[in-house]
This record gives sequence, C-alpha cells and structure tokens, in this order.
Amino acid sequence: MSQTNNTSLTRRGFIRGAGVAGVACVAAGTTVVRPAHASPADEIIAQEFGAGSASEGAVDIKTKPKAENGALVKIPVSIDHPMEAGNYIAKAGVIVDSNPKPLVASFEFEPEAGKVQFEVRIKMAKSSNIRVVAKTNSGKLLMGKTHIEVAEGGCLA
Amino acid sequence: MAVIGRPKVRGPKKPVAAGTVVTIKTLIKHPMESGRRKNKDTGELIPAHYIDTVEVEYGGKVVIKTKWTGGISKNPYFSFSVRATASGPVKVTWKDNKGGSFSSSADLKVS
Repeated sequence: MSQTNNTSLTRRGFIRGAGVAGVACVAAGTTVVRPAHASPADEIIAQEFGAGSASEGAVDIKTKPKAENGALVKIPVSIDHPMEAGNYIAKAGVIVDSNPKPLVASFEFEPEAGKVQFEVRIKMAKSSNIRVVAKTNSGKLLMGKTHIEVAEGGCLA
Repeated sequence: MAVIGRPKVRGPKKPVAAGTVVTIKTLIKHPMESGRRKNKDTGELIPAHYIDTVEVEYGGKVVIKTKWTGGISKNPYFSFSVRATASGPVKVTWKDNKGGSFSSSADLKVS
C-alpha cells in the first residue's frame, strides 16, 4: 500500500517537473518569435527569395508535430507544382525561425527533377516554427509552415 | 576520429518506365559540426566541419544543387526525386567546408 503511495508521489512530482520545464520552453520560444515583422528569419527569406507575398497550400511539410530528439528532426517536403521546362520550382529553402542560422538548407532544382519532393534531417535547439519557401522560375513565391515541438532534451541544447 | 564518408545512393532496383518520377535516397557519414558546439572537457569550440553543398547529376546535367549548413543533422540522410528518362547513373556529390569531397551513384534502369 505504502509502495503505491510512493510511486504515485514520484509520478506526480515528475509530472510537475515536466510541466515547469514545458512552460520554460514555451516562454523561451515566444520571446524569440515575437519580433515577427523583421526577425532574422524574415530578413533571410527576403534576401534569398525576394520580398513579396507567398501563396500557401502547395507546399506540404509532412513532419510530426512533436520531435523527441532535437538533434534529428525529419523534414519531408513535397511541393505540388509542375516541373516542366518553363514552369517549375527553381529554388526552395528550409527555414527554422529560432535557429541561430535560420536557413538550414536551400535547394535549386531543374525541371528534370520531375517533382519537388525531398527529405532532410535537421537540428533544432528548441521548439520552433518551420517554414519552407519555394520560388518558381517566374519568381512566384510559395510557402508552407508548420510548428515543431521539441521534447525537453532539445531545450537544454 | 569519427568515420567520414561512406556515401550511399539508392534508387529503385527494378527497371522503371520512362517518365516515372523516382525517389533516390542517400546517406553519408559526416560529423556536421556547426562550429557552435563546445568541447565539454576543455570548453573550447569544436571547429566547424560540415557538408555545405550537395549536387545531383543525372543525364549529364546537374538537376539538384543544394546548400547546407551545420543545422543539418550528423550522418545526413537526404532523399529527392528525379524523372527517369534514360538508363544511367544518378550521381550525388557531397562537399564539405574543409575541402572534403565524396561521391557515389545509383544506376537507374529505364525499360
């Protein structure tokens, strides 16, 4: 009987601890994300892809909403857009808003790629918004957005 | 010293019809040190050592060119698509910021 009490106590203690850590994570995340109007990530997107509004919908980021290991977060991307001479995705970039270097990877495609569908695995220090920005050969911008929660271990990194 | 290299490129083993978009998977051993990590014992920064470009060549043309940073996970996996038009190698070349260059290819068979 006393044993059951003990386990329930430790479990409660553990949950409380986890809760506090979780709050700390979220707080850290919001302080970084807040200056959304001219964040380093936005500046880099403007630099690399040019300013302009990006249409959403075509870029699909098939990540899981939670990543257990911040050192290895899978980012599978698929862009629903033709890849034919004269009308293709020329460039794409994976942007992690809260990373010190937000543009983690960029890709240049030729129509021969057939379809823009790729997967990379990235490092994330903490939970963050992930954006994939793509540019067609005619300069049209496409964007996909998602948010990935990185489990506690990632917060300490 | 960690192993660096051993590039692997895998495509479909069986012949595919011309025009099919196929997925190619690649893997390479690399530490992908961003230059921001510290050696726990000495407190010194571990120098940056990461793959900064990857190129995919098919049919005598570079079809995908990528720029990577130290934000890519170590021993990086990378998959992509190409449209199979003729039998031949899909060659992938990785280059790192210290001048290392690795390449490997997969033979694509088009029926």
